[in-house]
Amino acid sequence: MIKKLLLLGFFFSCAVTGTANAEGKALVLDGSTTVGPVAKSFATYFTKKYGVRVMVSESGSGNGAKSLINGSCTIAAMSRAMKDAEIAAARKKGVNPVAHVVALDGLAMVVHPGNPVRSLSKAQISSIYRGAITNWKEVGGVNSRIVVIQRESNSGTQESFKELVIGKGVQMTGNAETQSSNGSVKSRVSTTLSAIGFLGLGFVDSSVRVIAVNGVLPSVKTVKDGTYPVSRPLYFYTNGQPAGAVKQFIDLSKTVEGKGMISELGFVNR
Amino acid sequence: MAEESVGERNRSNAFVVSARKRALQKVAKKAGEGMLFSVAFFVAVIVLFIFYFVARDAIPFFQIRGFSEFFTSSNWYPADEPGEFGALAIIYGSLMVTLGSAMIAVPMGVAAAICLSDILPFSIRQYAKPVIEMLAAIPSVAFGFFALVVLAPLMQDHGGPMLMWGWWILVSPFLLLSVIVISDLLTANIKDEKRRQQRHWMLLIVLGLSSIFLLFKVGSVLNGIQILTGTNALNVSIILSFMALPTIVSVSEDALQAVGRDIREGSYALGATRAETIIKTILPAASSGILAAVILGIMRALGETMVVWMASGNSSHIPEPWFNYLEAIRTLTATIAGDMGEADQVTGSARFHVLFAMGLLLLIISFISNLVSERIVVRQRKILSGQ
Repeated sequence: MIKKLLLLGFFFSCAVTGTANAEGKALVLDGSTTVGPVAKSFATYFTKKYGVRVMVSESGSGNGAKSLINGSCTIAAMSRAMKDAEIAAARKKGVNPVAHVVALDGLAMVVHPGNPVRSLSKAQISSIYRGAITNWKEVGGVNSRIVVIQRESNSGTQESFKELVIGKGVQMTGNAETQSSNGSVKSRVSTTLSAIGFLGLGFVDSSVRVIAVNGVLPSVKTVKDGTYPVSRPLYFYTNGQPAGAVKQFIDLSKTVEGKGMISELGFVNR
Repeated sequence: MAEESVGERNRSNAFVVSARKRALQKVAKKAGEGMLFSVAFFVAVIVLFIFYFVARDAIPFFQIRGFSEFFTSSNWYPADEPGEFGALAIIYGSLMVTLGSAMIAVPMGVAAAICLSDILPFSIRQYAKPVIEMLAAIPSVAFGFFALVVLAPLMQDHGGPMLMWGWWILVSPFLLLSVIVISDLLTANIKDEKRRQQRHWMLLIVLGLSSIFLLFKVGSVLNGIQILTGTNALNVSIILSFMALPTIVSVSEDALQAVGRDIREGSYALGATRAETIIKTILPAASSGILAAVILGIMRALGETMVVWMASGNSSHIPEPWFNYLEAIRTLTATIAGDMGEADQVTGSARFHVLFAMGLLLLIISFISNLVSERIVVRQRKILSGQ
């Protein structure tokens, strides 16, 4: 019995030290669900090439910032810039957040493929999300109430959308439905005839219809040259200037392979 | 006799053989009792601790923002600068889906329990009950996924016909039963057998026709409804009722079984039919247990998070009109789950503490309903035992 217990204890200690060793070498990424696909394909490539384990979790930009501040991740993936309050909190904990732009992303406004509306102005979109326009016929569609779909409050996509389209300090309508990821926004819009939502450009596929904003459709070209009005950079945040494996990982976005992965996922290279 | 004397001898032997062994037994007894007591004490302390820690983080919210905004405003903008924390619509949403799921799950669950305990033969019940209880083993995220991916689009595409068929299937048996029972009751006092029969048939035909008219009229109105968004209060209520069903069925079936064969046979012996026995004897006798089952089921619905987070639409407004189950709503549990990510001391404390205020509210609601159910069970037991 005692022997067995000892053996068990031995195994446990091995397991604990084993994971501790792996943690020491592994990179931990946390944050945006938008940057998630880029981080994941970087991680797969990086592990294959350098043999370093990379763990990627997607819990929202806000959570990414929190994890970086708490020290529970090495790289925070964020689809918005850190807020002043977050930077202040980080400084207080002795963390010095440094931003690295990985890629550019357009926020595509999407509707159901059966919706006849092809284009909206930025002001119209803003009115829809503020609750001033509630029916599709007011913007040239059929007579049906608009089902407004937004993201939850810890989404970087939501924050960027608010900042880029609606403006700071303006309230969005309480009637808006809230979804927790790009994927669920897409699935809601693709199944709901009168819905409108916004997605990272990389998540757009044929199940939803992308509409033009101010007459410009989002694409690699229009995002890159800045003619598409709703675009933003995507960030990796590190604590201090990166070195070693962390630097290698972040610099992947400047390599040919990294750029290939970014554009393959539908994002835009800087 | 012989066995008894052998037992006697053994006991006295044990008594005589060793005082040491006896002392050891005593110590073991004390140790065992102490352990059981400490475990029970620990559980009680955990409950107190939960209350304490939730309240500790909830009270600062009321200190910062006061009570009136939280309970009377439905402007929920926690992320804005400055934020607004009106939770009225969210509290309302929670109550709405809880009530909705109770309205579906309670009649179905109690009916299923009666069927299991008093109508189905034992051989079928043996298999039926475990199958119903298996519903409880399905993880809530699977229910949520089903609600979001299957039920929501289905409601949008075929909402009207679905409502109509649901109405027909759910309401027609009740109408049929009530037509029979009402016409029976209304003619029970007529002495002349022939006239009674005539009246009975007349009533049956009139009531039957009018209830068929009602069925089709309401059905056609429902058929015309276009459901705009499938992630709404009705969707969540349906799924939550499925999740509450196994609890309600299983616990109330146990309560019905506990009534005992003697009471049933007593009732039959007095000349009661099976329906009379079930309605007038067994149900009243088991009512406290059934009530406990209902409250347990409702608590399950109120506390469920994943399904409502995925399928309620999470839009914090009170539907218009207020009983409109076809609009998206937001519940307390989903708000806590959804906003916890960003709500940290980092981004402003009211935003963090408001979630604990919601948690405290949920805790208080469940605490009160547990107390109430406890009281009812105790009182019912007293009445039944004739005190």
